[in-house]
Amino acid sequence: MTTHTLGRPDFDVIAGWIEPGHRVLDLGCGDGTLLRHLIDTRGVQGVGVDMDDANVLAAIKNGINVIQGNLERGLGEFADQAFDHVVLSRTLQTVRHTEGVLREMLRIGREAVISFPNFAYWKNLRSVLDGRMPVSEDLPYQWYDSPNVRFFTLLDFEALCTQMGLIIRERHVLDEQGNLVESDDDKELNFLGSLAVFRLTQQR
Amino acid sequence: MPGQSVGVVQSQRAHFDQALTLRSGGVLPAYDLVYETYGTLNAAKSNAILVCHALSGHHHVAGHYADAPNNIGWWDNIIGPGRPLDTDRFFIVGLNNLGGCHGSTGPSSLNPATGKPWGADFPIVAVSDWVEAQARLADRLGIDCWAAVVGGSLGGMQAMRWTISQPERIRHAIIIASAPKLSAQNIAFNDVARQAILTDPDFHGGNYYEHNTRPMRGLRLARMLGHITYLSDDQMGEKFGRELRNGSFGFDFDVEFEVESYLRYQGDKFAGYFDANTYLLMTKALDYFDPARLDGGDLVKAMGRSHPDTGFLIASFTTDWRFTPARSREIVGALLANQRHVSYAEIDLNFGHDSFLMEDAHYHGVVDAYLRNIKL
Repeated sequence: MTTHTLGRPDFDVIAGWIEPGHRVLDLGCGDGTLLRHLIDTRGVQGVGVDMDDANVLAAIKNGINVIQGNLERGLGEFADQAFDHVVLSRTLQTVRHTEGVLREMLRIGREAVISFPNFAYWKNLRSVLDGRMPVSEDLPYQWYDSPNVRFFTLLDFEALCTQMGLIIRERHVLDEQGNLVESDDDKELNFLGSLAVFRLTQQR
Repeated sequence: MPGQSVGVVQSQRAHFDQALTLRSGGVLPAYDLVYETYGTLNAAKSNAILVCHALSGHHHVAGHYADAPNNIGWWDNIIGPGRPLDTDRFFIVGLNNLGGCHGSTGPSSLNPATGKPWGADFPIVAVSDWVEAQARLADRLGIDCWAAVVGGSLGGMQAMRWTISQPERIRHAIIIASAPKLSAQNIAFNDVARQAILTDPDFHGGNYYEHNTRPMRGLRLARMLGHITYLSDDQMGEKFGRELRNGSFGFDFDVEFEVESYLRYQGDKFAGYFDANTYLLMTKALDYFDPARLDGGDLVKAMGRSHPDTGFLIASFTTDWRFTPARSREIVGALLANQRHVSYAEIDLNFGHDSFLMEDAHYHGVVDAYLRNIKL
């Protein structure tokens, strides 16, 4: 098993897409671990957003500029195209207004970077076939205590991007161990990938 | 409560002979500022924090006096060894602003030109004047640059003003339960309070000192009104509900409901020690505060005058309907637009605008965490 920065394989992928000195907004930044890493290793200028009191406190302790707020209620404090990257890691599935959040990300940022658990991952499918909702590395909750409100697959997400006219600049699909899954067949990727990471831009 | 109080403190007085020309055009030829300090200024003089007071505050921010152990500073719960404004790390300065009634030059001080109290002749002071006076006090104390300027409500406005007026002299601003300017509703509340004072027959055009009286009724009403706006509806409901002092209706206009009793007590207490002219001045300073005005109302441009390295912590309270979280987010937005270092916490506390004075683990935790990251 490969080791990953901060125990989060998607962070490695995200970090690889961000250039030194870029302005990065991390939505649902938690305790600011990703931003801390990006600031320390890439010299980015980072801002986090989180709605949870404990996360805001932890991010401030971490020396991160964090704005307490709720993605669902819009991000009016942020000006158009104020950031190079707007990151949403493992959070899209917890948001109700999926399209609104995606549009808001690309209003504020040049590029949206999004990671999410793929519901069509074969272990998840097997679990459902066995009669139980999936619990895995990337879907680590029981159905009754899950913060997730949207369950979608890699292909579902790509279909939404097409529908919204968003351009997929890059896509990395990871297995449960965080290893890159490669295939020319999208359906196979959808079946083998536990976590998907996307780079999106708006049509110009 | 984690940490300790600073214990016994003493107030000090600084006299300034250099005239101060005020925003209103008025001039104070000379003036005194009373202040207190807690902790020790380090050799590099890099650990000084200025605490700015709100409408009715003063220089006695923390600790107590040797001869008055019950006279505890108004923000004692946040200052002291091990507390968020940690006196083991920081040198903390609190002062009474110009126009005040706790020892700094104000309307009840003697006007050297007449030998009588200033009264109605005391010039209107603005937040920017306070910042100028505070800067002169900083000079006197040998402080070139504050590690932080901290304040709630009107105190937060001073911290904000510092970042615009004196950008080189402030490394961090902690702006709590504040706003970039008052709303029409805020001004309206202030005007009702002022009218209560101005129409009191004992006001005597502001020169009541000469008549050996004070407009106590007006000041009491002003405070009662203000007090309602500092609390949340929920909190008042929880604290007083519709409780009756005597259990049943009296069918008269005496004190019946507990909330009436409480407000009257607060009004009387306040009118007993506060100066009505100071109250008028403080509410005007609030009404006039609008640092974006000189930039055509553009708050982004105004906050762009702050130093790019200055850090900001903005905090608001969910139940504060006098200075709502949305008002704090306006400041946050203007700072973000300028790519300033800013953090914002929206704190869920039930005490309305007064929340900023309360002790709460999360609230104090946020301030503590922010200040601990300040390098000295």
